Amino acid sequence: MGKTIAEKILSEHSNKDAYANDIVVANIDIAFVQDGTGPLTIQELQKLGKEEVFNSNRTMLFIDHAAPSPREELSNAHSILRNFAKKTGVRLYEIGAGISHQILIEDHVNPGEVIVGADSHTCTSGAMGAFATGMGSTDIAIAMALGKTWFRVPETFRINIDGKLSRGVYSKDLMLHFIGIIKADGATYKSLEFAGETIENMIMSERLTLANMAVETGAKTGLIASDKKTKQFLEQQGRGNRFKTIRSDEDAIYERNIDIDASNIVPMVSAPYAVDNVKTVEKVTGIKVDQVFIGTCTNGRLEDLRVVAEYLKGKKKHVDTRLIVAPASRTVYFQAIKEGIIQILVEAGALIFPPGCGACVGIHGGILGNNEVCLSTQNRNFKGRMGNPRGEIYLCSPATAAISAIKGEITDPRERI
Amino acid sequence: MFGDNIDTDRIIPGKYVVYNDEKELAKHAMEGVDPMFSIKVKKGDIIVAGKNWGCGSSREHAVIALKAVGVSAIIAKSFARIFYRNAINLGLPPFESPEAADNIKVGDEIEFNLKTGQIKNLTTNRIFCVKPLPEFILNILNSGGLVPYLKKELKK
Repeated sequence: MGKTIAEKILSEHSNKDAYANDIVVANIDIAFVQDGTGPLTIQELQKLGKEEVFNSNRTMLFIDHAAPSPREELSNAHSILRNFAKKTGVRLYEIGAGISHQILIEDHVNPGEVIVGADSHTCTSGAMGAFATGMGSTDIAIAMALGKTWFRVPETFRINIDGKLSRGVYSKDLMLHFIGIIKADGATYKSLEFAGETIENMIMSERLTLANMAVETGAKTGLIASDKKTKQFLEQQGRGNRFKTIRSDEDAIYERNIDIDASNIVPMVSAPYAVDNVKTVEKVTGIKVDQVFIGTCTNGRLEDLRVVAEYLKGKKKHVDTRLIVAPASRTVYFQAIKEGIIQILVEAGALIFPPGCGACVGIHGGILGNNEVCLSTQNRNFKGRMGNPRGEIYLCSPATAAISAIKGEITDPRERI
Repeated sequence: MFGDNIDTDRIIPGKYVVYNDEKELAKHAMEGVDPMFSIKVKKGDIIVAGKNWGCGSSREHAVIALKAVGVSAIIAKSFARIFYRNAINLGLPPFESPEAADNIKVGDEIEFNLKTGQIKNLTTNRIFCVKPLPEFILNILNSGGLVPYLKKELKK
């Protein structure tokens, strides 16, 4: 019987012929935490009496959520991570290195691997053909200690996407469109497999945006078969030798097949206070924007910043709108400097944050004031997400964010074209 | 009683994730929905909710806060998967039952049995059945969570 990508990877890692709904104990390749979830993980490891990890090269700690720390409690949490790294020899990514999911893609994740992280957006790595899923601190503590964890093998929804995205429309718009159809709990527990001509033609950066937001449908992971584009990406990162073809079998069984015609998709936003409260940009055009935030594990990559720079080149942000940009990693930041992107952004009036989660999590800079509206390239717009339940967040693509920063109100990015 | 899609940012807002102390987290439990929750709730109370309870961030602080404030179980129409695993790992029983969630009112007295998967509304005398959990998960819950369970297992 044919297998889906999830079934294949989990079978291989559990030495079992596993299919959807089976419970398996699988070996894991990478386990990681970030500064919000990590201190609890370390606390649980200590309760268990374990001060060593299964593999210190493939266990990582990332200080990305509050980097650098804005308050003493967080500084102390960071110290816990630093001490643990010293004691155990695990890899610690310091403030300024960037967001865990981005660094994992740049330096660590390979097709066919199992990645678990104490962060819900761990599913981002699914775009590389790796079974990547978020868990809580305790689950990761056990995974770090034992090098394995239990999974119920998920059923798969196959999302077949064909057609070409129009100019000014990006994979973020495609994903918001999809979330609008399937809703915030429409794929709870399932594995999503994105496939079709549109995906085959997509560069890695855009694929990552899709996989990143899989969790916003309740899914366990969002997978994309590894192919030529994956191989190219790995070669660019200097680990082409780790390429492996991972794809579902022709006769794999999907719980659902969903077809999407990409050529019909227009720029989209998620309106407050739910990611599935999706509307076309056209419907919300003209809403005044107090803050624009460009960055995050969803859309803070070099390709995103290039799009933003295209819009902002020679222009100024609106006088009543604050523009904050946080590159997803140091590598992204450095490349953006070399390409002159940062200069364009600064000249346009943008404030550049250090690489990291930035304003997205509401524990750092960029907290909204009462009744303020933020337009952001991030993945969540829950009430209180950016630190104030009286603020409103709209989610959009980097292009929509950039042009709206110039106009001071939500604007259709196709306007300029 | 809560509605659909209550995310972990509302169960425990991100600004409190700086605390790893359960007493501090308990003070802010459910603050994003009902700022008075931590004062109103009594030890042993059960949360009854709609679908997709605990969606969003993986923060385990959400389960810690609810447990520390005295919540003894959660009955929801459905759970987001990370919250569901976290609840088991920390020994807070999650029951997925749309029927029970629709037929319990504020103030009803509830009795539950993990082993049989039975939820009994003592006020209305109605019984709801959920599929019992696999044995190893029951063992985790009965041990008070994954770490106490593994401690016992590793000693064997």
